[in-house]
Amino acid sequence: MTSKLLVKEKEIVIPGQELAEGLDYLPSQGSFREGNKIISNFLGLASINERFIKVIQLTGKYNAKVNDLVIGKVSDIGFYGWTLDIGCAYNAVLSIRETSGFIERNDDLTKHYDYGDLVVAQVVKVTKQKQIDVTTKGPGLKKLIGGKIIEVTPSKVPRMIGKQASMITMIKDATKCNVIIGQNGRVWIKGETLDKEILATKIIMKIEQESHIEGLTDKIKEMLQEKK
Amino acid sequence: MDKRVDGRKADEMREIEAKVGIIKRADGSALFKIGDTIAIAAVYGPRELHPRYLQNPETGILRCNYDMTSFSVTERKKPGPNRRGVEISLVTEKALLPAVDLSQFPNAVVDVFVEIIQANAGTRCAGITAASLALAHAGIPMKDMVAAISVGKINGKVYVDLNKDEEDVEDATDIPVACTARGKKITLLQLDGNITKKELIEALKLAKSSCEKINKVQEKALLEFYKQNE
Repeated sequence: MTSKLLVKEKEIVIPGQELAEGLDYLPSQGSFREGNKIISNFLGLASINERFIKVIQLTGKYNAKVNDLVIGKVSDIGFYGWTLDIGCAYNAVLSIRETSGFIERNDDLTKHYDYGDLVVAQVVKVTKQKQIDVTTKGPGLKKLIGGKIIEVTPSKVPRMIGKQASMITMIKDATKCNVIIGQNGRVWIKGETLDKEILATKIIMKIEQESHIEGLTDKIKEMLQEKK
Repeated sequence: MDKRVDGRKADEMREIEAKVGIIKRADGSALFKIGDTIAIAAVYGPRELHPRYLQNPETGILRCNYDMTSFSVTERKKPGPNRRGVEISLVTEKALLPAVDLSQFPNAVVDVFVEIIQANAGTRCAGITAASLALAHAGIPMKDMVAAISVGKINGKVYVDLNKDEEDVEDATDIPVACTARGKKITLLQLDGNITKKELIEALKLAKSSCEKINKVQEKALLEFYKQNE
């Protein structure tokens, strides 16, 4: 039996759409097989890698993965650590053991991270029951002080960082702002002046809107040069 | 062939319009308009489910809520849930459940809120169609899209998409039907009135072909949402 592709690379597909026919193609992330057809699970962009067909989601909540850098907000404090809201369907747990620095026995935990504090953390473990463990041990993992935070669609984060961090380096250099992008779609911006922070915010919003267009880096480069 | 009250053919639906992303703060949202009936749907989640005794550790659950705004009908509707609203919320949930796949979200909930802002018959069908669009927009894993339409019988003849004037005719039968796009499986079937077996088969055939047309509109609405930014 012959196999046939029904979509093109980078084509927008809707849930339930048939992506390929025949057994030569294999479903990957965001797609599944039914009979001899491969069907999309999400509203997203089709991506074909040899025999694998993947759907990259255009919308949706963050889905925690191991080694992701996330920006979390302290929502609860318990005996053994903190509960962080990371914009996922489930809360993440930051255990005392996973923090850098020394915490004394019976110490008041709000001294380290208080309610509402923003923390850059890394996901260390995600169980099948969706219990998420994060750590703040490691370079660049810390509490965020000052600055502003904006939320973008998590699936567009790779576009914001760019190939070998080209996009984010460009924004940092041009606006002289300190920018941290969490995989969960939270972006922290801190600049020398308010104007620079606003410029960086505008650019990030622009990337979010036009993330599915090719040649975006050049477009942003032009935009930055105009503003200078 | 004799014409209907508003001059439509027997198998002609009212004018359809669909739009995605109308509520900014929701995770997914959609508007569906069929004639004078307008439904909006908002999806929130997946998120943690409280109270905890409702949680299911094996899969996520879908929770639907249908309501009509007080100004949506000619006689003011008392706001808040009522007997009819509870029933429609339940059938909306059952109509959408076969199309979504929440196995990746144990203990979580996906909330769907359907609000009718203008009513002229066929509100539950408009609500289900809007909710399906909103779920797709919210990025919930889905196996299929769902479209719904009401068919009916007036004076022994089968018509699609009855409006309020037709529905109020004496002895009129109203049959709301929801259908999946790819599998052509019926996920909602209610019947209010009398009908023969032959007429019901004819009505369902008509409903399925109409649902196909609605699916096309749904697809267009989802694609357009991303194309408008280009």
